[in-house]
Amino acid sequence: MIFRGTAWKLGDHIDTDLIIPARYLVTIDPAVLAPKCFEDLDPTLASRIQPGDILLAGENFGQGSSREHAPIAIKSLGVACIVAKSYARIFYRNAFNIGLPLFECADLHAASESGDRLSVDDDTGRIVNETRGTTHRALPLPEFMQRLVTAGGIIEYTRQKLAARGRRA
Amino acid sequence: MGMTLTEKILAAHTGRDRVRPGDLVEARVDFCFANDITAPLAIREFEKIGVTTVFDRDRVGLVPDHYAPNKDIASAEQCKLMREFARAHRISHYYEVGRAGIAHVQLAEEGLVLPGEVFVGADSHTCNHGALGAFATGVGSSDLAAVMATGELWFRVPETLRFEFRGRPAPWVTGKDLVLRIIGDIGVDGARYCAMEFAGEALRHLTMDERFSITNMAVEAGGKNGIMEPDDTVLDWVRPRARRPFAPVHSDPDAEYTRVYEYDTARFEPVVSAPSSPGNVLPVREAAGVPVDQVFIGTCTNGRIEDLRVAARLLDGRTVHPRTRMLVIPATPAIYRQALAEGLIATFVGAGASVSTSTCGPCIGGHMGVLAAGEVCVSTSSRNFIGRMGHRESRVYLSGPAVAAASAVLGRLAHPDEVLGRTAAGVGA
Repeated sequence: MIFRGTAWKLGDHIDTDLIIPARYLVTIDPAVLAPKCFEDLDPTLASRIQPGDILLAGENFGQGSSREHAPIAIKSLGVACIVAKSYARIFYRNAFNIGLPLFECADLHAASESGDRLSVDDDTGRIVNETRGTTHRALPLPEFMQRLVTAGGIIEYTRQKLAARGRRA
Repeated sequence: MGMTLTEKILAAHTGRDRVRPGDLVEARVDFCFANDITAPLAIREFEKIGVTTVFDRDRVGLVPDHYAPNKDIASAEQCKLMREFARAHRISHYYEVGRAGIAHVQLAEEGLVLPGEVFVGADSHTCNHGALGAFATGVGSSDLAAVMATGELWFRVPETLRFEFRGRPAPWVTGKDLVLRIIGDIGVDGARYCAMEFAGEALRHLTMDERFSITNMAVEAGGKNGIMEPDDTVLDWVRPRARRPFAPVHSDPDAEYTRVYEYDTARFEPVVSAPSSPGNVLPVREAAGVPVDQVFIGTCTNGRIEDLRVAARLLDGRTVHPRTRMLVIPATPAIYRQALAEGLIATFVGAGASVSTSTCGPCIGGHMGVLAAGEVCVSTSSRNFIGRMGHRESRVYLSGPAVAAASAVLGRLAHPDEVLGRTAAGVGA
């Protein structure tokens, strides 16, 4: 699958409080969380992100809390995928578990700006900045993460694991 | 080549003789928990898995600590959902307001986390429990749902960074100062995906409470877990509380570390993390003088009895500065009772501080002390990100309890020496 969308460039160390402030964590409704996404970073950002857009982040994206509301809010804005230099580990797990694709790429960030058109090939890891004509490569997914993605996240993976053991209710 | 403490625990919970950094394992989990923010999502996902009940009702904790006592109708609904799930599945370790503390502090206090165990929580500060010699790490709600259903979870075995503390910590230097110093040195992603093993003779001078402050903040350096060897201090603390038999685990002398950092704690001084990153660390002397609107002593990082003792020593016979408001929140009801018995609560209230029931509240800008635009807070919590404790233009300095209490007395960021003088420093002296 190829994700093709407009880039929103963010900095390093974007934390989960910036992604979704804790004051809004009194609900698990994605539709309520989405318009509050990135509120303390830029209150207008959520309204400007369009379905299919791609977040382009620096180092350690998603540092901080374990709130799964963070990738849920981003996904419910319609963000197709995130390409970052690196991710904080709990955010990384959470995003895969809820079906928000993440890619790690060292050099796309410096070569791109907000508004650039990007295409990201899920299968090959090939990333093209179509605006600037540059080509980049995402790190391949670890084998176990690939298995989780194929299963459809940790919940489906767990269902299948239990079914195989005959422990399903 | 031997194994680190973290590798040994993961190997033992995977039925393997050994594991290596980078291995992906599905490990048995000894105990798991969620709070009132993460449990509602976990419960929804759990119900999709299709099992009839949790893997072991004695090994699941559900703790209303973030928005409890409920701050509004929405948070009351979340707590209600968790309460009803706890009743339906006869969860042994559900706590009601009045008996509930901040989960990380309470679950350890009640002997539900033990040396050598694997412990996961849907809360990033679950790494707290590594001070007991356990492998403890935070996960999201979906991962927690999988654990509630199966009692297992996948992990990538982390590389281990070792931090060796020598010497005797200088006066007023607490466990919090040690961990902030490390985060300042290696950065907020300096231990990303890694185990942080804290060791060295200086730990012998630290109480259990101070040790928890250190492992609690491993996540602030990007760490997967923080961990310490279960020495006599740990075993003396754990034995009277333990709810299950346990087997302490130690790192092999020839264990392999990705990197070893060495520190002489005698040369340390009290520090703060300036706005707006835990990694923005500087000696408090360099930040002294900043006017302070609010001081907050509490949280899973520093809301324990030893923290309250240190703060009360500085507040005793003094008052909170007129321009400053001070909030004290004992982390659990047991700590609250102990503080009452020791007269600490009387000291705080007498000094003009607000003392309230256990909750995470102010730490997340949730309730019980939210900051307005432009306000400055000195907080013993673990995060000072933009908007963390309130308005996006409020500013938070992280510190240990001594700096926080001194700042409350003087109404500005202050070194404890300014209040009590160096010779009176009982902490670490």
